[in-house]
Amino acid sequence: MADVTAVGQATAKRRKPRKKLTQTQSWKTAVRGIWEDNPAFRMMLGICSTLAVTNQLVNSMVMGIAVTAVTIASSVTVSIIRNIVPRRTRMAVYTLVIATYVIFVDQLLKAYYPTISEALGPYVGLIITNCIIMGRAESFASSNSVWLSFMDALGVGLGYFISLMVIAFIRELLGFGTLFNYNILGPNWEPWVIMVMAPGAFIILGLYIWIIRGIQGE
Amino acid sequence: MNPFVIFFAAIFTNNIALTYFLGMCPFIAVSRDIKTAYGMGVAVIFVMTLTAAITWPIYHYLLVPYNVAYLEYVAFIIVIAALVQIVEMVIERFSPTLYINMGVFLPLITVNCAILGLALFMILRDYNFIQSIMYAIGSGIGWLIVIVAMAGIRTKLIFANVPKPLQGPGITMIIAGIMALGFMGFAGIVNLQ
Repeated sequence: MADVTAVGQATAKRRKPRKKLTQTQSWKTAVRGIWEDNPAFRMMLGICSTLAVTNQLVNSMVMGIAVTAVTIASSVTVSIIRNIVPRRTRMAVYTLVIATYVIFVDQLLKAYYPTISEALGPYVGLIITNCIIMGRAESFASSNSVWLSFMDALGVGLGYFISLMVIAFIRELLGFGTLFNYNILGPNWEPWVIMVMAPGAFIILGLYIWIIRGIQGE
Repeated sequence: MNPFVIFFAAIFTNNIALTYFLGMCPFIAVSRDIKTAYGMGVAVIFVMTLTAAITWPIYHYLLVPYNVAYLEYVAFIIVIAALVQIVEMVIERFSPTLYINMGVFLPLITVNCAILGLALFMILRDYNFIQSIMYAIGSGIGWLIVIVAMAGIRTKLIFANVPKPLQGPGITMIIAGIMALGFMGFAGIVNLQ
């Protein structure tokens, strides 16, 4: 009987009031990747893919999901092995980890979504050199717990995904008159073809950075 | 296809930076100063040519015959990383002055998506060896021209009134867009089928 009361008292002491979800460190880590540390307009990472795939919403969506998936998988893996990897060879190891996951994603896309895989072309392989993933692995996952690395990767991936969708929304709507290949603006819309070509990509991204940084109040 | 057509196209009509958006991260970061931009560009030409020369045989004589073509990503990135390391050591050994001027960029080039992109495009378009080499040299020169031009423009921009949120990457992107518009004027000179 004495044991039960002792256990009961110990449990009562251990039970602290639950923190609000938005105050937890995991939440803050994730949200940081969406706003303050957004890769597309804050950290200027992953620009190559941003410019290349944002001429269509479908491609952007697939790319965003792919990058998020690879970032999460890589960050979690790097975090798990962070105490085993020797310092001198860590970049090489991280690169191999990332390359392996990208091969998974690439094969998956080629098998289940061949049209999108062809539209994205070599840009799926270029996820390996996407500085976002290496950046998060190197600066966060290599020195933080698995759960926090997961939340950080999720936040950054989500931030990237949102940026891609916003830019693609503008480019596809103005450049093709469609959204997700559904004609929105009707047959009388004269498409602004420049939007889906290279110059449009650069200029829209530049304007997007301008607006968001203006809102963030540098 | 004539290798010189590929060479010309890689510089002007299908410029690797302005048409295919490769090499953007160093493009934004290194294009402030003409000297550094030039150094980076030369290093890129060097690494690109060597990469094409080595990855082409590896893909066609090693990966494809053994049915492991899907390993191209891992194989290429290993080759690129190793190549950059070796090039850095060779330059340091044989020309310390060149190393001091250029060596700091070499580690950055490993993650320059232009190098891996070059290798992937070369495979995608099924170029033979000579075509690949010309493609690599042309792409490098094209990238060099664009980054040096950007550096020249940005040095003039110091005296312009760029709004604060636009400074840095923002205005660089807009200038790149206008340059891309300019390069579109080359379209149609050659036809890459």
